[in-house]
Amino acid sequence: MQYIQQVAFLILFIYAVWLFTKNINQIRKNILLGRDEDLTDNKNIRWKNLFLLALGQKKMFRNPLVAVLHLIIYAGFIIINIEVIEILLDGFLGTRRIFMKPLGSFYFFLIDSFEILAFLVIIFCVVFLIRRNIIKLKRFTANDLNGWPKKDANYILITEIILMGLFLKMNAADTALSNNPNEHFIISSYIVPFYQQMFTHVQIEMIERTCWWLHIIGIFAFLNYLPYSKHLHILLAFPNAYYARLNTMGEMQNMENVQNEVKYMMQPELAPTGEAQPMKFGAKDVMDLSWKSLMDAYSCTECGRCSTACPANQTGKLLSPRKIMMDTRDRLEEVGRNIKKNGQFVDDEKKLLNDFITVEELRACTTCNACVQECPVSISPLDIIIELRRSLIMEDSNAPQEWNAMFSNIENNFAPWKLSPDDRDKWTSEV
Amino acid sequence: MIHVPTMAEFLASGEKPEVLFWVGCAGSFDQRAQKITKAFVTILNKVGIKYAILGKEEMCTGDPARRAGNEFMFQMMAYQNIQILNGYEIKKIVTACPHCFNTLKNEYPVLGGNYEVIHHAVFLQQLIDEGKIKLTDGGTFKGKKITYHDSCYLGRANNIYEAPRKVLEALDVALVEMKRCKSNGLCCGAGGAQMFKEEEKGDGRINIERSNEAIETGASVIAAACPFCNTMLMDGVKNKEKEEEIEVLDIAELVAASMV
Repeated sequence: MQYIQQVAFLILFIYAVWLFTKNINQIRKNILLGRDEDLTDNKNIRWKNLFLLALGQKKMFRNPLVAVLHLIIYAGFIIINIEVIEILLDGFLGTRRIFMKPLGSFYFFLIDSFEILAFLVIIFCVVFLIRRNIIKLKRFTANDLNGWPKKDANYILITEIILMGLFLKMNAADTALSNNPNEHFIISSYIVPFYQQMFTHVQIEMIERTCWWLHIIGIFAFLNYLPYSKHLHILLAFPNAYYARLNTMGEMQNMENVQNEVKYMMQPELAPTGEAQPMKFGAKDVMDLSWKSLMDAYSCTECGRCSTACPANQTGKLLSPRKIMMDTRDRLEEVGRNIKKNGQFVDDEKKLLNDFITVEELRACTTCNACVQECPVSISPLDIIIELRRSLIMEDSNAPQEWNAMFSNIENNFAPWKLSPDDRDKWTSEV
Repeated sequence: MIHVPTMAEFLASGEKPEVLFWVGCAGSFDQRAQKITKAFVTILNKVGIKYAILGKEEMCTGDPARRAGNEFMFQMMAYQNIQILNGYEIKKIVTACPHCFNTLKNEYPVLGGNYEVIHHAVFLQQLIDEGKIKLTDGGTFKGKKITYHDSCYLGRANNIYEAPRKVLEALDVALVEMKRCKSNGLCCGAGGAQMFKEEEKGDGRINIERSNEAIETGASVIAAACPFCNTMLMDGVKNKEKEEEIEVLDIAELVAASMV
């Protein structure tokens, strides 16, 4: 009987890890469909960003109360994983609480800490569920989240509550079975008398085993849920903070091909001889975006801080920076499936521009960087907006009439208005 | 009557100015912004700084074209401006426009234009700190309730939050902050080339939302450090029919009016 459990556990473990690796690999492949961009300079600053922004969740503290709740759920989630090491070893070796003897009293301190964290995680997940579903904060009820995204958020919170609950019940059952009167843990000991009154020894053994199995199956299932969920941010927040652009927010990425084009026009003697390569300007689809923008899309946890800060979104415009990120991820997943199915990308008559993100959304952006400033996981929705705008103007000549007038004024009068360049210094005669 | 010297004049006399004043398109052509320009040259003149403008040789930096998505137009303007600036061997530039500031400082270096670029908020703060700007006792704006609106291209884009506030503190004003300020500041609605087109469909206008927030502070002056923010906020104040009670002023205008 014991061997069957061990073998079953081994098979389950290998399958879970294989499936997770496979899905993460697919995501990596999808991200690498993006344009190359070297983001490996200034390693010290990058490591600092990783520690402060991802591990320390620095930007979350713009709202301190939520930040503390979030940090405890996160810490609980990570620290309790130390206990998972014991659970895994017990599973492989058919032992029970393999660390208890070697660690002595420190073991009880550890498990007590895990139990307190587990208890807090349950409470705070309930608070977060209430915030999402009963208080209905505006950023959680926006249309961007209709359908799957809303369910996704709730599934994550409910799963965490269930996993933590199983952990506590498992400990309680285990304590009830123990002959050692000193063996009890800080939270689960409150459940023990209840078990002892209600159930026989065999029943409690069944409960313990059931909780143990459900808990570890739950963890494996949750691990494999991540690639399909916004919850992937618990992993991708780290590389996303590390690879974040380091230049000041005001600086737009230079387009070297256009820079050279203009240089050759002004100084034809510098132009290279031979046939010019056809050029592409800006982005029409996900493959035209930088790989960092694609990793941004997978890192987004749909919290909506960007859209809450966005002046366009706040005044009822169609633009929502969060939706820009969600659309990019949806389209990228679609392209990834297309490539997997056909061996290479086969035109599906769809593009990120127009079919997912509309011109009206793009036109509403004031490039104020509020979305970039707010994002706790170092995403820049603005980079995507700008690349799509570039394509609209330079590939499709799609600009509102007023912008076309502005362009021609700049070209002819060297100012965005239709005023004579000779009058540029007219004010000097009036000082 | 102040004579505003140009780079061409300096070149002709074989001299070099300490700093180039980059006026910008708004500062050159927009009637409201011209007043800011005039206030700023008055300050430069009083302090006795050797400065020059490019005059007719100055062109749009290309900021609105680039942000609308027209990289060609941006590169054309950048190329021509850098030719002129490098031709005059410019080392230091001051400008009263955060958009020009951002482009000159952050986007021209990679194209071969390397200058020390200072926004007038920082420039004025330095002059006050160095004691070169002498303010009247009592001060024109002493104790007046003033709120400061952060320009996105000065604040978030370039992390300049304190300099304009220090200038206001030097004027002894009673600075009141809006609910959304500094890195949380709400845009005026002009950036990203929005200044040059109608707003997209929505249930409100960004500049009105922002002006209302400024009006709610009870301030009698809304201070700005950007000619575009200035226009947008003024429109918002007019929309509430508050233009009699509330002024929208640039920090250069506040300083100029407070100088000995």
